[in-house]
Amino acid sequence: MLDITISRGTTVALPKAEFDLLLADLRENGYQTVGPRQQDESIVYSDVQSLADLPRGVQTEQQPGHFRLVQGASNNYFDFIPAADSWKKFLFPPRVELFTVRKGQGWEYVETETDTPRYALIGVRGCELAAIEIQDKIFIRPDFYDPTYRLRREGLFIIAVNCLHPAGTCFCTSMGSGPKVEGSYDLCLTELDDIFLVEIGSELGRSLLSKRKYDLPSAFVQNIANQKLARAVQEMSRSLDTSDLPGLLTEPETLEAARWDDVAKRCLSCGNCTQVCPTCFCWDATDSVNLTATQASRTRVWDSCFNPAYSYVFGGNTRPTIRARYRQWLTHKFGAWKEQFGMLGCTGCGRCLTWCPAKIDHLAEIAALRAEVNP
Amino acid sequence: MTSLLPQSAPPTAGHPGRLIQPDWAEIVRITPETEGISTFWLRFIDPQVRERYHFQPGQFNMLYLPGYGESAISMSSDPEDEERLVGHTIRFVGTVTKNIGRLKVGDVLGVRGPFGTSWPMKQIEGRDLVLACGGIGLPPLRPAIYHIIRNREKYGKVTLLYGARTPKDLMYPDEHEEWKRHDIQMEISVDRGDENWDGRVGVVPMWFYNFRIDPRNTAVLTCGPEIMIRFVIYEGLARRIPAERIFVSLERNMKCGQGSCGHCQIGPYFICKDGPVFPFSVLQRYVNVEEY
Repeated sequence: MLDITISRGTTVALPKAEFDLLLADLRENGYQTVGPRQQDESIVYSDVQSLADLPRGVQTEQQPGHFRLVQGASNNYFDFIPAADSWKKFLFPPRVELFTVRKGQGWEYVETETDTPRYALIGVRGCELAAIEIQDKIFIRPDFYDPTYRLRREGLFIIAVNCLHPAGTCFCTSMGSGPKVEGSYDLCLTELDDIFLVEIGSELGRSLLSKRKYDLPSAFVQNIANQKLARAVQEMSRSLDTSDLPGLLTEPETLEAARWDDVAKRCLSCGNCTQVCPTCFCWDATDSVNLTATQASRTRVWDSCFNPAYSYVFGGNTRPTIRARYRQWLTHKFGAWKEQFGMLGCTGCGRCLTWCPAKIDHLAEIAALRAEVNP
Repeated sequence: MTSLLPQSAPPTAGHPGRLIQPDWAEIVRITPETEGISTFWLRFIDPQVRERYHFQPGQFNMLYLPGYGESAISMSSDPEDEERLVGHTIRFVGTVTKNIGRLKVGDVLGVRGPFGTSWPMKQIEGRDLVLACGGIGLPPLRPAIYHIIRNREKYGKVTLLYGARTPKDLMYPDEHEEWKRHDIQMEISVDRGDENWDGRVGVVPMWFYNFRIDPRNTAVLTCGPEIMIRFVIYEGLARRIPAERIFVSLERNMKCGQGSCGHCQIGPYFICKDGPVFPFSVLQRYVNVEEY
């Protein structure tokens, strides 16, 4: 080990072989290490033990309604841009049992032991970290918190990674969330050929890293990293003009625009955009009973504003048309969200574009609404 | 975020460390009201919950029937009930409420609440009041009526406009005389009369054409079918009652009651915590947007 003092904000050069030891150390400390794996011609976030589990040299080709893995020229681990999967599932699980009751003298709660998993997330992108910070505002509020989310969030260890190869649907520069990671992480990687440049973001990150063999990065190496990051900004092919948001999407005139009829003809109301979105937070509670109806459970599941049952009340559905549902989603995400939580609900990750089977480019929809309302 | 709106207090029934986990309450009494509507009088089993639970007129509870789910129901009883019973007038229409309708005295329900904003009883002191409701819109206003009766000198002229489908659908008929005795002017109308009906036939908002009000000093509280609410608002505004003094109680699909599940949103508002009672001034820009 080198005799150099490292602290929060320090950047070190870590040989890639050392990274596996860092993962092992995290697991010894009770963390479940989860990261990207190549699976089913896509990339999913699940258990990883070492770098060997990560996709290698894989890049992604992404356009509205289009996703393909392609083998790139390099041997790097983080050249791809994430797929449909997001870290949301670890903090806000798609399905979680809330409680079970048993019939006795009335009803009583069945106590169940639940261990809260402690996750170390490997490879969190700038847009993804911003999404976690948006969900923090939703699930941990002064007046209310979701215990499942809070416990998992409090135990989280975050290894972020700077994006060097944006995909065709990325627009994080417009949303201020990337490609360089901003926000609060434990460690942040910039991947070069043989080393990771690792920036220390927390005391926990520092103490883990202090046990590894690292070096201070040369100016030359840092220069390469900076150039790659600058190029990533330039390669960002999409952008969203946010200067008139949220105002544009909350004006009654916009809410009645003809463009909604146009997009309603293309949107399938499938809800893919909400399921892949790392900030969408809507949920439903479902009920189940055992065969003798002596025991009942409530389970929380992800819901979607595109689901017709979402806005059902006795007497009818308040949003019976695709026009109304698409409008609710878009004007919430890029409009009303700001008044609710102090920021827009989008981080520019581009998943809702890539995974829309109807190839709807939501940025183009916003531009079309703008053009219609302000001719 | 929304400083225009009053903040609703945190609920006192329901486990605070758990998401949507209710406390238990026993059904002490069931009062049949009309066809398919009964009032369920609940008492919390845990004495501590019974002690700390208070609600304001216009707030609602989430009632949980194991195996079926939860339903948002406004309290319809006197918030200062001496027995500390909490009354919920329920129409049996959905999976949850239909099966609540099969329960008997002594059965147990889960309860979380109280949730949401209340009728602004303090703010409207000194005003003439028009309470306009239709059908199942009367129960959420009944706690306000009890409050007015208890503090009758604090309010000016009070008029209750109440519409029902038929004379048989009129709720709480035994109490109407008592309300009149406390100088509440009752204006009842039905959609269809029967052979014994000699009252008004028509719709609630029409009342505004038959009576004089002083717009400078009148507040409107309204709850009922959205179409009725809409026309009550129009008639109120047409008579220059300011939008800030027209209070509306809205209904939407709700799962959590705490602005988390997302279902009840209208614009930036979560109806469960920013409502259900809103001054019309904050809803004005949204209510006429079709299917919003």
